[in-house]
Amino acid sequence: MTDLAVTLLLFFALVSTAIAIALLRSLFAVVMLSGVFSLLAALLFIAMDAVDVAFTEAAVGAGISSVLMLGTIALTARHEMKPKRWSATPLIIVGIIGAFLIYGTLDMPAFGDPNAPVQTYLNPDFIARTPKEIDVPNIVTAVLASYRGFDTMGEVAVVFVAGLGVTMLIGGSGGFLRRRYRETVLSRKDGQA
Amino acid sequence: MSLLFDTAFIGTHLNYWLFVILMMTGLYIVVARGNLLKKVVGLNLFQASVFMLYISMSKIAGGTAPIEIPDPNAVYSSPLPHVLILTAIVVGVATTALALALIVRINEAYGTIEEDEVLEIDRAKSLAETAREDERDNEEARAV
Repeated sequence: MTDLAVTLLLFFALVSTAIAIALLRSLFAVVMLSGVFSLLAALLFIAMDAVDVAFTEAAVGAGISSVLMLGTIALTARHEMKPKRWSATPLIIVGIIGAFLIYGTLDMPAFGDPNAPVQTYLNPDFIARTPKEIDVPNIVTAVLASYRGFDTMGEVAVVFVAGLGVTMLIGGSGGFLRRRYRETVLSRKDGQA
Repeated sequence: MSLLFDTAFIGTHLNYWLFVILMMTGLYIVVARGNLLKKVVGLNLFQASVFMLYISMSKIAGGTAPIEIPDPNAVYSSPLPHVLILTAIVVGVATTALALALIVRINEAYGTIEEDEVLEIDRAKSLAETAREDERDNEEARAV
């Protein structure tokens, strides 16, 4: 019962944060609230037994993402423009998609059901083999680094490619050369005019 | 239809519906808001709600976190969704960083991060281009 109360409380805090993010036009407040959202999400993950996910979400979602977004608003703009017109189309689209998704959950196994496929298919195997084969108390670590190590390697590749993309877009000599180019070319054009 | 008004059914499926509501709030921000940074924040909300949906599937009644404890009768929540979501969180921050770099680049090129203004500048540019082409065509016709 307390579990449900905690989950509902966190959920309403999450929804009010999300609605505040939708309504506020100060981008600084939006970024800070998105950090709050990540922290509340981390609490909800702890309530659902996912401690590893919780600390990753707190470190990455509330930490690194917020820092990256603060850097972005420092380089671009602090305020969102007032919307020119209000249209109901997005609300209708979102409502229809939400209705379909809720219809899709009607076949899902019940919350906490021990006979759900996710509990009976691979889970007993991982729990039984981890102490013998890996000898690490944290089963999540064992699965992440050993049984599904290829996934983690793919993840590292994705992070590398994303870092490469960021560098090519704004960082390093590319950004510097572009700025130099713009300065010299623009000043030459001004001179001609 | 009687299924929908069964309180036991609602109690065991409420978690999925709550996360769908959160997901739709994020999607609304992505679709309805014109500021590009806010779209990225909305995408992050959407993503976090998908993570919560996944993690809620791995929860087992009366279980604990999947870290071994001496008790032989301990019930552990499924570790596999946790692993998948750990990977997804890290990939998510990588894509966020790429999106933010694109926003900085768009701001350099257009001087704004509002979708409406970017589209307007593009439209004005293409209009000017067609006007210039028409003029050139007219001049050629006159020359002939």
